[in-house]
Amino acid sequence: MSDTIKFTIDGKECTGKKGQLLVDAAAENGVYIPVLCHWKDVKPAGSCRICTVKVNNRYVTACTLPIDENCGDVENNTPELQDIRKAIVEMLFVEGNHFCPACEKSGDCDLQALGYKYQMMVPRFPYAFERRELDAKSPKIFLEKNRCIFCKRCIRMIKDEKGRSYFAFKGRGKHLEISMDEKLAANISDELAQEAMDICPVGAILKKEVGFINPIGKRKYDNEPIGSDIEKSK
Amino acid sequence: MEEKIKSIIKTSGNSPDRLMDILLSVQKEFRCVPEEAVSLIASALGISEADVNQTKTFYHFFSSKPVGKYAVYLNNAAVSGMMGMAEVADEFEKQAGIKFGETTPDGLISLDYTACIGMSDQEPAALINSVVFTELTREKVKEIVAGMKEGKTVESMVPEYGDGNNAHPLVKSMVKNNIRKAGPVCLGDYDAGKTLSKALSMNPKDVISEVQKSNLRGRGGAGFPTGLKWLFCSQESGERYVICNADEGEPGTFKDRVLLTERAKMIFEGMTIAGWAIGAKEGIVYLRYEYDYLLKFLNSILDEMREKNMLGKNIMGKGFDYDIRIQSGAGAYVCGEESALIESTEGKRGEPRNRPPFPTQSGYNEKPTIINNVETFCSAVKIVEKGGEWFSNMGTEESSGTKLLSISGDCKQPGVYEVEWGMTIKEMLDMVDATDVQAVQVAGPSGVCVPPSQFSRKIAIEDLATGGSMIVVGKQRDLIKDIVLNFMEFFEDESCGSCITCRSFNMILRRMVEKIVEGRGIKPDLDNMVQWGEIMRNTSRCGLGQTSANPVSTTISNFRELYESKVKDVDFQSDFDMKKAIIESCEAVGRPPVVHE
Ligand SMILES: Cc1cc2nc3c(=O)[nH]c(=O)nc-3n(C[C@H](O)[C@H](O)[C@H](O)COP(=O)(O)O)c2cc1C
Ligand code: SF4
Ligand code: SF4
Ligand code: FES
Repeated sequence: MSDTIKFTIDGKECTGKKGQLLVDAAAENGVYIPVLCHWKDVKPAGSCRICTVKVNNRYVTACTLPIDENCGDVENNTPELQDIRKAIVEMLFVEGNHFCPACEKSGDCDLQALGYKYQMMVPRFPYAFERRELDAKSPKIFLEKNRCIFCKRCIRMIKDEKGRSYFAFKGRGKHLEISMDEKLAANISDELAQEAMDICPVGAILKKEVGFINPIGKRKYDNEPIGSDIEKSK
Repeated sequence: MEEKIKSIIKTSGNSPDRLMDILLSVQKEFRCVPEEAVSLIASALGISEADVNQTKTFYHFFSSKPVGKYAVYLNNAAVSGMMGMAEVADEFEKQAGIKFGETTPDGLISLDYTACIGMSDQEPAALINSVVFTELTREKVKEIVAGMKEGKTVESMVPEYGDGNNAHPLVKSMVKNNIRKAGPVCLGDYDAGKTLSKALSMNPKDVISEVQKSNLRGRGGAGFPTGLKWLFCSQESGERYVICNADEGEPGTFKDRVLLTERAKMIFEGMTIAGWAIGAKEGIVYLRYEYDYLLKFLNSILDEMREKNMLGKNIMGKGFDYDIRIQSGAGAYVCGEESALIESTEGKRGEPRNRPPFPTQSGYNEKPTIINNVETFCSAVKIVEKGGEWFSNMGTEESSGTKLLSISGDCKQPGVYEVEWGMTIKEMLDMVDATDVQAVQVAGPSGVCVPPSQFSRKIAIEDLATGGSMIVVGKQRDLIKDIVLNFMEFFEDESCGSCITCRSFNMILRRMVEKIVEGRGIKPDLDNMVQWGEIMRNTSRCGLGQTSANPVSTTISNFRELYESKVKDVDFQSDFDMKKAIIESCEAVGRPPVVHE
């Protein structure tokens, strides 16, 4: 069984398969490493940086690191890394415009859930108050750019039968925005529109005509903090 | 339009990985990439329009609206600012009757800013339809704009040609080489083809070990051992590629420009030797768009080398097939980062990849690829010619050989200097005749701002590492406003935006510096900026985000008193400015704001 890799996370002994991404291997061992852009079995984006851990004293993103013999000791829940993650959550809240009480994804939103997990009170960073648009051209989807955290899940996962992307980035740096292909999105199926809404970690992609289907109290993170399912699995 | 675009797509190769070339040709033809073109390209390549736009909107030199018949791109890098850019910009606006960011109503002239164009030794400089104009003054701007109004060609407005190959019939540029000091490696004597013939009679493994013996480390900035990189790649299986990084985007560097002008054959020869060493059949030069004025010339050199059988089939009768092509960029600093460069070469937005895998394992077209800087390839030629030991006897313990320095800013002799590693900053300043120096910015914005108390430090990978950019900042400059703020604006624009940390922190830090410059800063801001920069360094994917807090952190550490003189010594101050907030509403009702302090 040379394919089995032994490593530790914060001292806890873990095993995984060689080449498996650290974040997935950790989950199988009951260790939660927070993610916003990662989606199992989809090519990693490595863009949200929230899964940053320390491997042999170097910072790496757990969603992009295939494990091997050199993994050794991984640091995950240290105060330093917790603070970095909290900072990243705060940063996302000041960068976009997130009015949780008015958002349909509230309670189902990974960003909000991480805000609670890291007990964010007031962001340490100055608000950007960037003006961003809402794209409502598709008959099936609202693209609420104010809430996008640029995780690229929609870009990587939502494609038509010819492999063409419905979603893409526009611009770069501070002008970066998410965009939707007007022609393709005009004919997007209900199923795909629903899938796009489900994979979006925040409330940036919303399906039109239906709304607030899950009542408060029955939403993903209403009763348990994010990551509990993984932590309880072992 | 449809016919034209279809023929462009056809000649560029009807494939998504040629998207950069397609967009470059469309932009050149129509002075923009109109929506109709996007739609035609998307259907021809079988990708969505959003995907075409994703590449199009990433690059500075692609536009949705037509740029002027004369499209002016004035360099707004720090050195350009130091050399009088503001005056030049003002004159352009006056003469053209428009502001920067605008096009004249008749479509004749457009004015835009652009990041460093690799002319720091002859600023202020601008690109006009990819023709370079250097050392601009109000007078020269008047003449240029008058020429535009008369309908002169841009080429005919170039007053005189520069030295060396700048005057070559295929270049005809006013750019000067400014080679102030030639050394024995890159700018010394060179006999084209001699070393290639030697290398091809060697075993590829021996070529690599000679390079390893020299201890040559990459000249693009990161300093990775070149021989080791070649070795790793040679050990992979299947098709392999050689890429030459001629993106030279770090503000303040221009030495690759000079090598491309005067040592093109040497660069291509080095790439061919590398191809032989690692077992590649194809080499690609990624040439920044700002050096488009050299493109025809460089292609003619490639043709000449093909004719002489230094490229092509069965090179020099040694049974080695290898050729080189040039890929143009379109204006993005981050495309100098090796994996972003590969993405761009594949027709995508220049977003750095996650590592692992490294390019030597999976690079261009997911095949093992070595990427080296222009100067690295030139150095490799001399190493194979004269031996690794000859090379490693120069320089310092950890940095062997010579380095080309691009020195600019407040000095009397700006230009390119080939020196042995190990020179101190003080010696360098004497060499370029600089007095009253406040600081030296080593390695460009992503490097270190060195104060006079540290001028005895050495230019070497183990002390002050540099890809070559050296900006001398005189005492008369406002360091925070002219340098730090300019650098942060640069990073804010040039971040690819993929990492949340790099995208946001560069914006936040730029705003913080602006706040201090405007006199609204408070003391705790300083430590906050350093700490936030540290988070960005530790969590960003590529070298850009990992170093872009340096302008802030190295100046706060080395020039703290300067910052302290500008910030208020209080613990808290509201960022909310009542006067500012109500100005608009007061204007609307037509009365001055009354604020009770
Ligand atoms: C943001 C960024 C920009 C870069 N720009 C350049 C460049 O313009 N030219 C260059 O040779 N290397 C550049 N590099 C370094 C390259 O990633 C790479 O290390 C280099 O091309 C390798 O060649 P070398 O080993 O010969 O230096 C850049 C790196 C980063 C992170
Ligand atoms: S719209 Fe949603 S899924 Fe798409 S990038 Fe933005 S946050 Fe991610
Ligand atoms: S560090 Fe900045 S430039 Fe580099 S990948 Fe991340 S966002 Fe892009
Ligand atoms: S989950 Fe790893 S970078 Fe986003």
